Amino acid sequence: MTDKNVNQNEKAKTVNVVAQKTDDRPVVLKVEHVAKYFRLPTEQATGLKMAFLNWTRGIKGYTEQHVLRDINFEVKQGDFFGIVGRNGSGKSTLLKIISGIYMPEKGKVSVKGKLVPFIELGVGFNPELTGRENVYLNGALLGFSHDEIDAMYDDIVEFAELGEFMDQKLKNYSSGMQVRLAFSVAIKAQGDILVLDEVLAVGDEAFQRKCDNFFSEIRKDPTKTVILVTHSMDSVKKYCNKAILIKDGEIIVSGNKNDVADRYTLENLKREGKESADDDQKNAEEDQYPTGLNATVPLLAVRPSKEPVCTMKEGFSFEVEYDYRGDKDFYLACSLNDIRRGGVPFGDSFDLYQPGHHTVRFHVPMDIFNNGEFRIIASLHEYENGRDDPEHVRMVAFTNEDFACDFSMRDPKGTDNFALLNKMRFGYEIVDKDLASRQQPITTE
Amino acid sequence: MKNLVKSLQERYRYALIVFKELVKTNFQLRYQGSFLGILWSVLQPLMLFAVMYVVFVKFLKFSDGTPTFPISLLCGTCLWQFFSESTSMGMHSIVDRGDLLRKIHFPNYIIVASTTMGSMISLAINLGVVILFGTFAHAHYTWRVLLVIPSIVQLYAISLGVALLLGSLYVYFRDIGHIWDVVLQAMFYATPIIYPISLVTDKGYGWAANLLMLVPTTQTIMDIRHNLLSPEYVPTVWTMVGNPIICLIPYVLSVVVLWLGIHIFRKYSAKFAEVL
Repeated sequence: MTDKNVNQNEKAKTVNVVAQKTDDRPVVLKVEHVAKYFRLPTEQATGLKMAFLNWTRGIKGYTEQHVLRDINFEVKQGDFFGIVGRNGSGKSTLLKIISGIYMPEKGKVSVKGKLVPFIELGVGFNPELTGRENVYLNGALLGFSHDEIDAMYDDIVEFAELGEFMDQKLKNYSSGMQVRLAFSVAIKAQGDILVLDEVLAVGDEAFQRKCDNFFSEIRKDPTKTVILVTHSMDSVKKYCNKAILIKDGEIIVSGNKNDVADRYTLENLKREGKESADDDQKNAEEDQYPTGLNATVPLLAVRPSKEPVCTMKEGFSFEVEYDYRGDKDFYLACSLNDIRRGGVPFGDSFDLYQPGHHTVRFHVPMDIFNNGEFRIIASLHEYENGRDDPEHVRMVAFTNEDFACDFSMRDPKGTDNFALLNKMRFGYEIVDKDLASRQQPITTE
Repeated sequence: MKNLVKSLQERYRYALIVFKELVKTNFQLRYQGSFLGILWSVLQPLMLFAVMYVVFVKFLKFSDGTPTFPISLLCGTCLWQFFSESTSMGMHSIVDRGDLLRKIHFPNYIIVASTTMGSMISLAINLGVVILFGTFAHAHYTWRVLLVIPSIVQLYAISLGVALLLGSLYVYFRDIGHIWDVVLQAMFYATPIIYPISLVTDKGYGWAANLLMLVPTTQTIMDIRHNLLSPEYVPTVWTMVGNPIICLIPYVLSVVVLWLGIHIFRKYSAKFAEVL
């Protein structure tokens, strides 16, 4: 554990302590010092022969992989608790430990109340049974008796909008219908703690809206607790009141959902940066130039000057590092891509005067945009016949995905993610002022 | 203390709910899509019986000459069918239901218990047929029929114990599946079902016959046939061995098998979800 992480953990702990003083809701889930490792078989060890051979040779036959190290957190009644992290960070393992599917190697998990886990939707669904039978089977596996399911059966069917199909065999359902049924059982199940693993994105738009309403409702219910594992920072910000971010089996941020969501975005961007550095090294060893580069331009990269997250006011600072070894006049072209919405909102070109290895710094004001994910890509071009002849140019290098610069804008004023341009800087002018007037913007602070 | 009782209740409530639903589902799915459906529960052992009767009794003359031998053969076939089916299916059940174990936490011994209980339902139907046929086949029903119930419980306990044991081992070593097939076959021939035990005794291997009777499954099957069909003609470990202490061996073994199965299963079941 690095010092930085220790600090953050301690900070998180103090935040919890402060919260406890002001908050007397009961703790419904407590995870204390949970650690988990898996034994990965190095050779196929599922067989008497291999087990015997390994034993005679004194081979362990497996390597240990630590998936979780010392996880601590508390969830209180009524919380909508988010767990985020990149693929392979251990969040699903954590969820399985909370649900009791895996046993932790160290530490302990205490649950108060009825915990209903949905690691996957429709556990035990059998295509040969009817929809009705599957609801009862699925419900029983979640711990609901026949009578209890009787009580919620109508609700489930109504929510799934499958009334007329319930006596059909499940194999005759479309996949969307199956998912809808499973999801309805999941959210109508009357548990105290609901554990959901990335199951929000199912069904058609109307069904999505229904789920959205349901989550907004359950958020307000102080007796229900939800634990949600997701990749979608939108849902974290929308529903959760608390969240943790897990990285390499440790909690690196805990508490405020916005901090967690922003940090998650940052982690994603940083990881990409690290990977590209690795790639660079690898390619150098192989004595090859990465895609887009060559002997004339062995280096061209766009990098953020500071953090790859900016606000509206700051704008975004970046630098372009290049190494031009040709002998012609050349120029640099930069374009700004909008990753999420698609398209290139802006692009420009600059003549460069110094061949060799240099770094040029730039700044782009971001106050006309709403929040989003952006990428700056650059390319180097040569003038075939000198600067006076802009007709004959040739591209000599460009930044591939590894050398382009990804960044995000996160600003409380820019949360309207619908359009690229924000309303403060751009707007329709109303011609018929007696027929229309502009709505007041909704501020989400 | 109060909390303990409450949590115990809660724990077994869950197990019971899952158990009921899984037994029901297994039974529903068992004859899914077949034309005769549940009738196969009855037809299958009857057809098997017909084959055995023709081959072993008519052609090979494996009969002890008693009038109840045919019905005893049918009864033995049904009981063996139960043992072999419940242990094989119980062995595979954990791996087959791996999808459930990886997704949800529930008392996982219920998977094995519900599978063996499925076989038990078939056995109940079959025994109904046996009793019905017995009235036409010289079966002598006495008050001893009541003793069949504890014997059935004992047979279930043995099967459950073996199924739990094999089920846990099968998760780690798939070889067990092949080994158990062979063991079952060997046990079948070592059980006096298709031949009367007198066949072994008459050839002068009295000690071997006695040894065979000490196998828990054999002892149970013989007890059931003795008490259900004909106390006169079907021998048991009690009529053959006599020494009450030795006679108790198969009963004690049954308990040991069940205990061992539960013990091994409990020890390894926490890791099933990770291994599967």
